[in-house]
Amino acid sequence: MIRKWMCFTAFAMAVPQAHAQNAFNPSISLILQGTAARSSQDPANYQITGFAPSGGEVAPVPRSFSLGESELIVSANIDPYFRGQLTAALTPENEVEVEEAFFQTLGLGKGFTLKGGRFLSGIGYQNEIHQHAWDFQDASLAYKAFLGGRLNDDGVQLRWLAPTELFLEFGAELGRGRSFPSAESSANGVGAWSLFAHAGGDLGTSTAWRAGLSYLQAMPEDRAFEDVDSLGNPVTQSFTGTSKLWIADFVLKWAPDGNATVTNFKLQGEYFRRDESGSLTYDDGTALNGAYASRQSGWYLQGVYQFMPRWRAGLRYDRLDHGSVDNAIVTGGMGPGAADFGPLMTAYNPTRSTVMLDWSPSEFSRLRLQLASDKSRVDVTDNQVLLQYIFSLGAHGAHRF
Amino acid sequence: MRSIIALALMAACGPACAALNIFACTPEWGSLAQELGGDKASVYTATTALQDPHHIEARPSLIARARRADLVVCTGAELEIGWLPLVLTQSGNPKIQAGQPGYFEAAAAARLIEIPARVDRAMGDVHAAGNPHLHLDPGNVARVAQALAARMSTLDAQDASTYSGRELAFQARWRESTVRWEREAAPLKDLPLVVYHKDLSYLIAWLGMRTVGSLEPKPGLPPSAAHLAELLAVLKRTPARAVVRAAYNDPRAADWLAGEARLPSVLLPYTVGGTAGAKDLFGLYDDTIARLLAAVQ
Repeated sequence: MIRKWMCFTAFAMAVPQAHAQNAFNPSISLILQGTAARSSQDPANYQITGFAPSGGEVAPVPRSFSLGESELIVSANIDPYFRGQLTAALTPENEVEVEEAFFQTLGLGKGFTLKGGRFLSGIGYQNEIHQHAWDFQDASLAYKAFLGGRLNDDGVQLRWLAPTELFLEFGAELGRGRSFPSAESSANGVGAWSLFAHAGGDLGTSTAWRAGLSYLQAMPEDRAFEDVDSLGNPVTQSFTGTSKLWIADFVLKWAPDGNATVTNFKLQGEYFRRDESGSLTYDDGTALNGAYASRQSGWYLQGVYQFMPRWRAGLRYDRLDHGSVDNAIVTGGMGPGAADFGPLMTAYNPTRSTVMLDWSPSEFSRLRLQLASDKSRVDVTDNQVLLQYIFSLGAHGAHRF
Repeated sequence: MRSIIALALMAACGPACAALNIFACTPEWGSLAQELGGDKASVYTATTALQDPHHIEARPSLIARARRADLVVCTGAELEIGWLPLVLTQSGNPKIQAGQPGYFEAAAAARLIEIPARVDRAMGDVHAAGNPHLHLDPGNVARVAQALAARMSTLDAQDASTYSGRELAFQARWRESTVRWEREAAPLKDLPLVVYHKDLSYLIAWLGMRTVGSLEPKPGLPPSAAHLAELLAVLKRTPARAVVRAAYNDPRAADWLAGEARLPSVLLPYTVGGTAGAKDLFGLYDDTIARLLAAVQ
């Protein structure tokens, strides 16, 4: 993309012929990550009690040494009209996952930008930020419970930026609904859609802010998970209906005179509310079906302070509210009781407190210590400690606000 | 009659509906664009002299301003690489994308120094294209002014005569001032300095000063205690006359070293707005030279 173009046109002036062909190579950057962790509970039995399992990669990092996802980011302008980007994650399980692969228009004009392919959705604040640029190693509980960690559907996105001094942006997305809160299906048409609006600006030269409101609607069909009933017999539960998620988000960044090199502060928070209604199937050999409705919410607030060059400290608090769950299989007396719906019907409000300290020898390297007291599971406190490294190689990345 | 209507329209308009809406990445190019555009240009400067130009964020306010710009005037040579690409792609504005007439890079018109023969991040945050802090060489300012005026004329052909006229006047004043600055700065020749970052290299090369050391161990890395101790030892063998830093640099390391080595610690504006005296490009050079002279006399 631009940075590549800038880099290589200038480089070509210095070394006229040798790089003429390479000049068209996309810009490539590679992220290396890994952790060393201890936890008082086994991450393998992680669950967020009271919330339907999202099927995403939401468990804490494995105990002991473990490689994180290595991200390969390749991007370039395709022609004067489009730019393209691929973000591939090489997982520690030796698989390649396409996190993002999209085209984006450059020339629509009038403030419009169209994106297509697989991309990080514009809903919320943290969703669009790549994992290696997060201020904590893991996602907030709200992202884990409501979006399976993050939303990167296959589809199209249209954004419009208003021609005003105040930053005002509106966006809409249509997707296939390939992951939670949707369920993979073979249906024609749109499986999930979303709308979002962002506003932002400066308060003097020291403070910048952005706030947003997003709505995601998914129409999952047979969104199933495996569980056991109160006696330990296997059951399958699946939901069919409509899932509506609202997110309100804000971020505020402060630095003296707007110069973030010595000290700076970042405050970020998001509130999620989800309404689901439809029907639930409970299958322990014989399938039962009944109406199901739930209203649940969650939020997090985090602050990160750079107190001297290279050093940052951060604090995060997460909370989910179980809210209300209306399950006709239980209330209608069809047989199974609330105790047979452990993950869905345990009236429990998960919380987590996290602190972190990171040290960045340069813009391209970061080492982090993170401690958490995680009460995602009912009646259990998981004390976690981890060390993380994040290194970026190759083209100089540009990070979103 | 028609001219009266035009005049009335202009009076009603003010700078808000000036012919060219310019988004300048840094204060020096904002100041130059205003100098060349006069009342035909409405200039928004994205950063201030107190902000490290390497570490700017793609703030919402910048994206909103880029959305309405006809012309983006930036340094190039990867100085704005950490934020400008994002601002451009999110602006939804096809006029200012790289390669379009509305995208102007000063580095393309300037002569760059310190072009690395080899690029490796082990050398710090090096710029493959050369040192991007190119506006502290008056020759570069003149070259960029010429290219920028030509670009403004291309984009706003109606006012081309204004831009070329203002450019000629600017070049004449700039030439005269350059001769004066070179005369005034004659005592600075061979002056040994400790710098903070390589952001004063063009000034040092132009005035024939010398660099004894740099507070940053490698470009882009903050000063460390070990490196400062090493630098102090170097200064015992090769004395310097002053420790200089830009307005956006952290004063602590510079002041500490200056105190230990009994040298004056000199703050230089670096760009327009860095000090009260640096009101425009002329003031920037006047004040920079005056501060250096005051420190060594």
